[in-house]
Amino acid sequence: MTHDQPLLVVRDLTKYFPIKRGVFGNISGQVRAVDGVSFDVAAGETLALVGESGCGKSTTGRAVLRLVEPTSGSVYFEGDDLLALGAGDLRRVRRKMQIVFQDPFSSLNPRMSIGAIVREGLTIHRLAEGSAADARVRQLLEEVGLRPEYATRYPHEFSGGQRQRVGIARALSVEPRFIVCDEPVSALDVSVQAQVVNLLQDLQRDRGLAYLFIAHDLSVVEHIADRVAVMYLGHIVEHAPVDALFSTPTMPYTQALLSAVPAPDPGVKRERILLAGDVPSPANPPSGCVFHPRCQHPARDAACAAIVPPLEEKAPGHWAACIKQTPTAVSWEAQRAAGGASPPEFYIPRAALHRSLDTSHSSPASE
Amino acid sequence: MPAIGVRHRLLRDRRVWIGLGVLAFMAVAALTAPLIAPYKPDAQLDIVQLAGQAPSSAHWLGTDPFGRDVLSRMLFGSRVSLTIALAAVAMAMTFGTLVGVIAGYFGGPVDSVLMRLVDAAFSIPPLLYIIVVAALWGDVGIVALTLLIASVAWFGVSRLVRAKALTVRDADFVMAARALGMSSWRIVTRHVLPNVVGPAIVTSTLAIGNVILLEAGLSYLGIGVRPPQASWGSIIQDGAERMSDQWWLTLFPGLAILVTAFACNALGDALRDALDPRQLQPLRDDDTPLITA
Repeated sequence: MTHDQPLLVVRDLTKYFPIKRGVFGNISGQVRAVDGVSFDVAAGETLALVGESGCGKSTTGRAVLRLVEPTSGSVYFEGDDLLALGAGDLRRVRRKMQIVFQDPFSSLNPRMSIGAIVREGLTIHRLAEGSAADARVRQLLEEVGLRPEYATRYPHEFSGGQRQRVGIARALSVEPRFIVCDEPVSALDVSVQAQVVNLLQDLQRDRGLAYLFIAHDLSVVEHIADRVAVMYLGHIVEHAPVDALFSTPTMPYTQALLSAVPAPDPGVKRERILLAGDVPSPANPPSGCVFHPRCQHPARDAACAAIVPPLEEKAPGHWAACIKQTPTAVSWEAQRAAGGASPPEFYIPRAALHRSLDTSHSSPASE
Repeated sequence: MPAIGVRHRLLRDRRVWIGLGVLAFMAVAALTAPLIAPYKPDAQLDIVQLAGQAPSSAHWLGTDPFGRDVLSRMLFGSRVSLTIALAAVAMAMTFGTLVGVIAGYFGGPVDSVLMRLVDAAFSIPPLLYIIVVAALWGDVGIVALTLLIASVAWFGVSRLVRAKALTVRDADFVMAARALGMSSWRIVTRHVLPNVVGPAIVTSTLAIGNVILLEAGLSYLGIGVRPPQASWGSIIQDGAERMSDQWWLTLFPGLAILVTAFACNALGDALRDALDPRQLQPLRDDDTPLITA
């Protein structure tokens, strides 16, 4: 691998789940869980993937590891095309990419002691045997903040946060360079969340780990991420460095998500952007921009329902999929031909959000 | 490490001692039947004087209408009944678990084919099926009878195990094992099997009573155990029509079946619990710092 190349490169990743009907299992439709997702993760970096439940973020994480088989697209890890690898080579590569799950109860086999759970990776990849493996297991448990003597205990004897630490130790056992963290703290109490997030950050610093951090809690994301990708209905709709995304969210959807983050100070007045309606079914996504039926952008028009917006760089490093936000490659002529009424223009975020509001403004921004 | 824990937990369990005690008693009685039986099992005593006698000091469990000693017949019959019951159930449990795990874990077409076969097998009355096969087979001995009974007893186990394996397959720890690069075979043996043995053991031990009765029904129809050879089931079957006046013909072998089934259930429950680490007491609830630095 060359150093200017990202660790993980994902291009046009797609996962459709067939909908089967009737006794013969005829395929009557498809759920487009992940629909043409592209991103990179550099070594030692954290890319957060955020979005509502069902937007495809977990499926993306699993498809990247080939734990669910992608429908199409490509995934390169250290230059290897994962989707082209046979079983043997895939096993070798998997040593370097691991996953930590959301549910601390389902993620550990209740019949195995935690020592045996952490030891499995060592055995599979022949990293250590016998007393050397015992020592390594103790060391791994210590690294995640568990007492090594607990190796003989079973998962049910631990709390959620402790189990999550075991899951992290299991992932670390094979010395990965990249870990998919699939909502690793969503199921935990807030105080425990902070401990686990700090553990993940310490491990990243010490081992140079790269994370794909899947989450719906934006305050956690703001704390841990370097860059953030926002997903909606299987698409990445905005993608930016964490500061840019939180200070100047471009997509109306991102703005709505940010406005929904609870403020620690209840005295601060903020404008909440309420989205109308529900997330449409991914089996039958809206035409054009998938967000257009719920979009509150002042320039939204018929062109939004007709043209699929490309993910474009609106400001340096700040990518968004919106044809009403300049600059855009979808020309005004093309938009007008599709029935558009309002031209794209530089669009000042409707609501000053989050930090900008808490610190710099004394009163809510008026429109 | 876990093996020691399991043995330790089994030895501390009263159900194990009760179950093992009863089964050991039965086994010793069956093995030493020629020594301890007061009469020959097929010896017809004085048919005029001693037919259909109620329990007495000479015949503890009475005599049957042919003047044979019921206790002696039960002692010899236990050899047949226990062998068939335990062997057939063990075979059914093994095979049913295997099929259930394969169907549940691999899913898709494998699951469909196996489960439709099980559905088809379920739709055939077991008695009818065994009669037909036995008729084609010719002379059905104890071994053949055991195989036949096992071949109808595994469906239930496989259904149950499949359902459990389906849920285990989707558990995150199985996905984690795949992410670690574990082969399907190892996932099945290390992760799926240990999580499905509990229900498999329990259904199997519950089947023991049924299997003994199925053997009885078959004996009655002349398949397997032939008169004058005895089994618990055949003694009950012979005595069924005399239940109103010669109750000892059905009560004692019935009790023997009941006690055997009970002992196996107790043993099975204890084994299920011993294999489940969740039966241990929880360690702690909080997530306080675990290393005092």
